[in-house]
Amino acid sequence: MSLAIPARDWFKPPVGAEKLWIGLALLWCFVMSLMMPYWHFRGKQNSRGEAYAVKPTAFLERSEKFAAANKVGTDAAGNIIAEPAPGGDAYLLARMWSWTPILKLRQGETYRIHLSSLDLQHGFSLQPLNMNFQVLPGYDHVLTLTPTSKGEFTIVCNEFCGIGHDKMFGKIIVE
Amino acid sequence: MSSTLAIPLPAPMPVRPEVGARKCATTGLNVCLTAEKFIKLTAVSAVVFLLLGGIAAILLALTRWQAVHLLPVDWFYRILTFHGLNMLIFWILFFEVAVLYFTCTTPLNARLFSAKVAWAGFIQMIVGAVMVDYIILAGKADVLMTSYLPLVAHPLFYLGIILVATGTLTGVFNFFATLYVAKRDRTYEGSLPLVTYGATAAAIIAVVTLLHGAIVMIPTFTYAMGWTAQPDPMWYRMIWWGLGHQSQQVNVAAMVAIWYLIGNLTTGAKPLNETVCRAAFVLYILFINLASAHHLLVDPAVGSAWKIWNTSYAMYLAVLASMIHGFTVPASVEFAMREKGYTKGLFGWVTHLPWRNPAFSGALLSLLIFGFIGGITGVTLGTQQINIIAHNTLRITGHFHATVVGGTSLAFMALTYYVIPLIFRRNFIWRSAARAQPWMFGGGILLVSLGMSFAGSMGVPRRIYDIDHSGAFGPAAHLMLGVMGIGAILAAAGLFLFCILCVGTLLFGEKTGNRAMADWGVAQALAGSREGSLADDHWAVKGTIALTAVFLASFAVYYFANWKALADVWPVR
Ligand code: HEM
Ligand SMILES: [Cu+2]
Repeated sequence: MSLAIPARDWFKPPVGAEKLWIGLALLWCFVMSLMMPYWHFRGKQNSRGEAYAVKPTAFLERSEKFAAANKVGTDAAGNIIAEPAPGGDAYLLARMWSWTPILKLRQGETYRIHLSSLDLQHGFSLQPLNMNFQVLPGYDHVLTLTPTSKGEFTIVCNEFCGIGHDKMFGKIIVE
Repeated sequence: MSSTLAIPLPAPMPVRPEVGARKCATTGLNVCLTAEKFIKLTAVSAVVFLLLGGIAAILLALTRWQAVHLLPVDWFYRILTFHGLNMLIFWILFFEVAVLYFTCTTPLNARLFSAKVAWAGFIQMIVGAVMVDYIILAGKADVLMTSYLPLVAHPLFYLGIILVATGTLTGVFNFFATLYVAKRDRTYEGSLPLVTYGATAAAIIAVVTLLHGAIVMIPTFTYAMGWTAQPDPMWYRMIWWGLGHQSQQVNVAAMVAIWYLIGNLTTGAKPLNETVCRAAFVLYILFINLASAHHLLVDPAVGSAWKIWNTSYAMYLAVLASMIHGFTVPASVEFAMREKGYTKGLFGWVTHLPWRNPAFSGALLSLLIFGFIGGITGVTLGTQQINIIAHNTLRITGHFHATVVGGTSLAFMALTYYVIPLIFRRNFIWRSAARAQPWMFGGGILLVSLGMSFAGSMGVPRRIYDIDHSGAFGPAAHLMLGVMGIGAILAAAGLFLFCILCVGTLLFGEKTGNRAMADWGVAQALAGSREGSLADDHWAVKGTIALTAVFLASFAVYYFANWKALADVWPVR
């Protein structure tokens, strides 16, 4: 009884259905624990958290240099579209409240996408794929990404970053 | 058998003259008068914060439901900050202190260690909470509950949180001191009762948690004052979630202790095996330590090995503990029912459960919502790689509204149907409404949770004012936000009804004086049945075996469906 002092001899090993359930539950916990290392070696989607310390101003410089060197055009609103070399590095700068530049990638190629923030924390959320990564100021977070589908993808911000948070967008175009 | 509880009255314990206790007319237990006073104070404060948080909840839900979109943008984030803190911190912590004060005194026939310490704790908590609420509503802390650096709020925001934490720690200290004195003075013989044991587990985790809170909040406060440099944002996330996530294990332990208590009071259920239940509580203490990992799974600078190790080693044995309780609680109820003579088929006993008792229905819904929705989604979302398709989407919010709202908050509400008659000694007013309340709140939260979860699966972010500017979300996502909105209306109605019932009863409820509380309805034994008749049948709980088999199957399907969904997105390392 849970409100009263238990009888002196309460120490007993589990038996019957309860024992079976503990065994099954433990087994299931094991399976779930093993899935993660398994996917790390065999699966294609992993979040390794590869990152380097970077000063926000230094990252701004790198991303502007990248955008200027790889510019392939502008969109209707005048935002730079940059196309990194296949296998190369691309920089995506988050700030209140934009993601720049627009990235143009090729299907099936692999890129190293550097994410960082100039000010607050932001959330990189690629839609409609629904892939999500955290972006912090001071950290150059590198995603080694291989686009496997074509189209225009929207980056929305999914970490609160002030009053304009819901209007913070970016774009990735895959051809 | 007592007339209003499903448990036999214990042999009356002697009231020691110096104790300052009264004898409860319903249970025959001694109630420490000092503890009683603080249980009343903290429980009433808790309900006030619940009400404040509930008003915020409905405003938020009606804003996220794009078709309604009620609040202006600045008030949305302000109210979101307000809701998170009033609910997750204030309502929960105040109620937990009440639970601690109860479990360390009455079941042990003990008196509270110190009224002075209790006052010190309570005053810190209430001053801190009022400070935080004032600063938020004044518009000086639009930083959300997590206040992620480099966002900064007014220093009083952090100071308020620190005060709530130290006040709670003071209360926890009073709890441990009471346990110590009770043991020393031999107010009871033998081991701690299971509720007290569960509450002790909760209290131990609370200490660890609140220390994390102090470690992260103090330098943030001094930074906000301009005295020290800004702490690193990644360090902040890691320590903050040591507070934010581990405190959820406090809630789980407290909730489970309440399940056992209510099962016991309403159906006479006893754990099949005390050793198993107690060991499961120990697992919570041992294996929750690094659960802040769940919140950092797609963060930079934290490696895979760290992420995998900390999410599974620390987590899955705590998950095991919950899975054990999830079995033993229904099993003990079923066992008690079968011994009362309801032995037909797998589920024959179910119809004879005390459904009209709001404490029972609340605890049962809490168990089902917590287990089937909260637990399954939580483990899945906390899987290192699967987090890529869930982080910061509404799936997360959907998950924890099934754990801490449908689970913990509903269990606390259920317990209140006994706390008010037994501690405040007033019978509930409007009893028919009380019987419906857990269903309204539980049903509403179920819809809230499902609506959020499905919207989140379509990528809808949490904590965002408007999803239409991006053009990324279609009609299906909007439909799910509508489901959330309708659920929120129902849940909020259930929450307000709960507050009305509590306040109405405290003001107008019939005083019980020295009579037993009015009966909510408990499970009745059939003539000819005998307690102990199934003691040797270790497979008697067939209904629970079926239920848990369905649970495990649902878990596996949901879990692997998520791996499948993950395999469909772009490869990323
Ligand atoms: C009537 C009941 C409730 C409803 C309808 C409700 C609804 C909501 C909504 C709509 C949000 C905002 C989601 C977003 O935009 O990200 C939210 C956030 C939240 N709710 Fe509730 N809620 C309820 C009760 C509770 C309770 C009882 C608790 C805790 C015990 C709670 C804890 C939270 C937390 C921690 C957040 C996240 C705040 C943040 O992101 O900073 N809620 N809730
Ligand atoms: Cu942002």
